[in-house]
Amino acid sequence: MLDQAATLASARVAGDDIILDVAAACCRFDVSAPALSRLFSHEPRRILRAVENVSLTVRRGTTFSIVGESGCGKSTLARMVVGLQRPTEGKLSFRDIRRADGTIGPPRVQMIFQDPYASLNPRWRVGDIIAEPIRELKLRSDEAAVQQRVGDLLEVVGLSRTDASRYPHAFSGGQRQRISIARALATEADFLVCDEPTSALDVSVQAQILNLMVRLQKEFGLTYLFISHNLSVVRHMSDDLAIMYLGRFVEAGPAEQVFTRPQHPYTRLLLDTIPDVEQPNRERRPMSGEVPSPISPPAGCTFNPRCAQAADRCRVERPELRQLGGVEVSCHFA
Amino acid sequence: MNAPAAQPLLSVRDLRIVFDGRHGPLTALDGVSFDIAPGEILGMVGESGAGKSLTGTAVIGLLDPPGRIAGGEIHLAGQRIDNLPAEAMRKLRGRRIGAIFQDPLTSLHPLLKVGDQLVETILTHLPVSRAEARKRALDLLKEVGIPAAETRIDHFPHQFSGGMRQRVVIALALCAEPSLIIADEPTTALDVSIQAQITTLLKRLCREHGTAIMLVTHDMGVIAETADRVAVMYAGRIVEIGPAEGVTRRPSHPYTAGLMASIPSVHARHEHLNQIDGAMPRLNAIPPGCAFNPRCGKAEAFCREHKPGLPLAGHAAACHFPLKEAVHA
Ligand SMILES: Nc1ncnc2c1ncn2[C@@H]1O[C@H](COP(=O)(O)OP(=O)(O)OP(=O)(O)O)[C@@H](O)[C@H]1O
Ligand SMILES: Nc1ncnc2c1ncn2[C@@H]1O[C@H](COP(=O)(O)OP(=O)(O)O)[C@@H](O)[C@H]1O
Ligand code: SF4
Ligand code: SF4
Ligand SMILES: [Mg+2]
Ligand SMILES: [Mg+2]
Repeated sequence: MLDQAATLASARVAGDDIILDVAAACCRFDVSAPALSRLFSHEPRRILRAVENVSLTVRRGTTFSIVGESGCGKSTLARMVVGLQRPTEGKLSFRDIRRADGTIGPPRVQMIFQDPYASLNPRWRVGDIIAEPIRELKLRSDEAAVQQRVGDLLEVVGLSRTDASRYPHAFSGGQRQRISIARALATEADFLVCDEPTSALDVSVQAQILNLMVRLQKEFGLTYLFISHNLSVVRHMSDDLAIMYLGRFVEAGPAEQVFTRPQHPYTRLLLDTIPDVEQPNRERRPMSGEVPSPISPPAGCTFNPRCAQAADRCRVERPELRQLGGVEVSCHFA
Repeated sequence: MNAPAAQPLLSVRDLRIVFDGRHGPLTALDGVSFDIAPGEILGMVGESGAGKSLTGTAVIGLLDPPGRIAGGEIHLAGQRIDNLPAEAMRKLRGRRIGAIFQDPLTSLHPLLKVGDQLVETILTHLPVSRAEARKRALDLLKEVGIPAAETRIDHFPHQFSGGMRQRVVIALALCAEPSLIIADEPTTALDVSIQAQITTLLKRLCREHGTAIMLVTHDMGVIAETADRVAVMYAGRIVEIGPAEGVTRRPSHPYTAGLMASIPSVHARHEHLNQIDGAMPRLNAIPPGCAFNPRCGKAEAFCREHKPGLPLAGHAAACHFPLKEAVHA
């Protein structure tokens, strides 16, 4: 225990110590028809592999982002990290850290959702929404201290202390996202899992929220698991990055490297597909095909039906993730 | 290409839309004017609530009470259409103006095969036999890129993926070869790889059929790569309009400039994003003078008293102190 405390103390620099370790996590859902009707129709069990064999480590004080198209398993992975979903296989473990208040233990984890409208109780005043975890976890000794803390948190996220007495409907989308961030901070969270936190917001409001998140990370040493399908947002936020396709990581590593030297054909196609304001290409060619169903993914490399480089081997043998110049890539020909 | 063609296909002048509410009328669109040339894609951007959808709704004549057109005119190929009787407008819709919305399911009947929906729409608008209509439906499905269209024509909407459904909706909008399509966030609900497929399809339709498109989107990348011209809306008005390349790369209005600068780059990681502080005003609290003045770094006393107009010009900004080349108020 002493040893651990010493190591923790010596590794206070952001990014040096691992805070979350995910080892070969799988999440499968049984989506079969009810047993009785299956008996008559002779249908086999249908298993949906939402997340397959995903491993990652997140370093304290950094942002690890997960990118991928709808249904690829991003939210399922996020739900496993916050404990809302049990892994079918594999292990997710948080390391003990010295928290902001000096105590030692696993990080406090909170989730920020895409839809700030749905995640706030419309019948509660904003002050009570933020105060609830403080009262619940007994983080302040008396009501005056709770109110003080609520006011401080509102200011930290760029709202005013007087906003505590208003209801969520009186706020815009961006302001509501600020309220959900304040509520997460109220728990003294060290680790925020942010599932598409700005996807429902306009670009100008998105910039306000992303700037706020970056500032809070610096100020409080927060760690983010950041989920998005918007590559420029991810570029802005990430230290590390994983590209997901049909439940698996196809490429993962330092974000800078993945963006400047993408190695997996899917990563390259994604980067080539998105419209670009800075260097518009009016003749851009879209990626063909669609994401297949995770219930019956293609054999071999799951990306093979859409991949221009696909060869016979790709249709039978699944490529494993392997190290390639500091980045993990799963492609036979990368 | 930059200057509007001699006879615009769609011409909107001084459009004003008002909602009659409990506390009196609220002006949601205030003096909106723009043209779309045949075969042109006009992008419409702006924060949510700026009035993009209302503009499109008014053009296709689907504005519901308590909303009403309180002023201005809309002309389609020279014919005034904002004051047409409901029945005449219904005929025009579908025949000469097609619509594509964000959620393809709102445009599709869940219990009808997609082929039947296409055939009915074609029969409503064109003097053809049922067999000819079916042939045309099949051609349309092929044209919008539905694989195995011969079998897919007899499938129900729920049997299609989101991207495929949006293709079917586009086919529906094309049934009567309209000269104008209003596409309101047609790719917002779709995956990034599918978005690009749909915008490419829209561009091809413009090129091959000369269809004009009013493309409402909040994605500046889509605008830069798809639209010929772009109109930027703020608080119920167009604040800047011009060629897509000029508006996105050399914005004139401080709001457009702020908007462009707030978009993160895919090419480099920056410490800080430019942000426009504050929020767009609500309809009942639009500031006098220039509606953007409380958020504008260049605002002066004059801006708080005088509402800047939007000149009719190739690249125009409604601003007293514009940043760049555009013609201004
Ligand atoms: N409780 C569940 N039961 C059955 N299938 C599920 C369940 N939760 C998720 N799935 C399936 O798992 C897959 C991954 O879903 P997930 O929500 O993680 O995707 P996502 O990457 O977050 O997508 P999006 O970008 O649309 O949010 C999908 O095919 C989804 O339908
Ligand atoms: N039925 C309605 N009643 C009152 N106000 C409305 C109604 N529909 C739209 N509005 C208002 O009109 C403005 C423009 O809306 P809209 O065109 O939908 O914006 P956008 O498409 O740019 O997001 C908004 O302020 C919106 O709240
Ligand atoms: S393994 Fe084959 S199909 Fe898969 S990404 Fe690599 S080249 Fe393409
Ligand atoms: S008119 Fe004045 S306040 Fe409005 S955008 Fe121009 S400079 Fe800013
Ligand atoms: Mg999700
Ligand atoms: Mg809209």
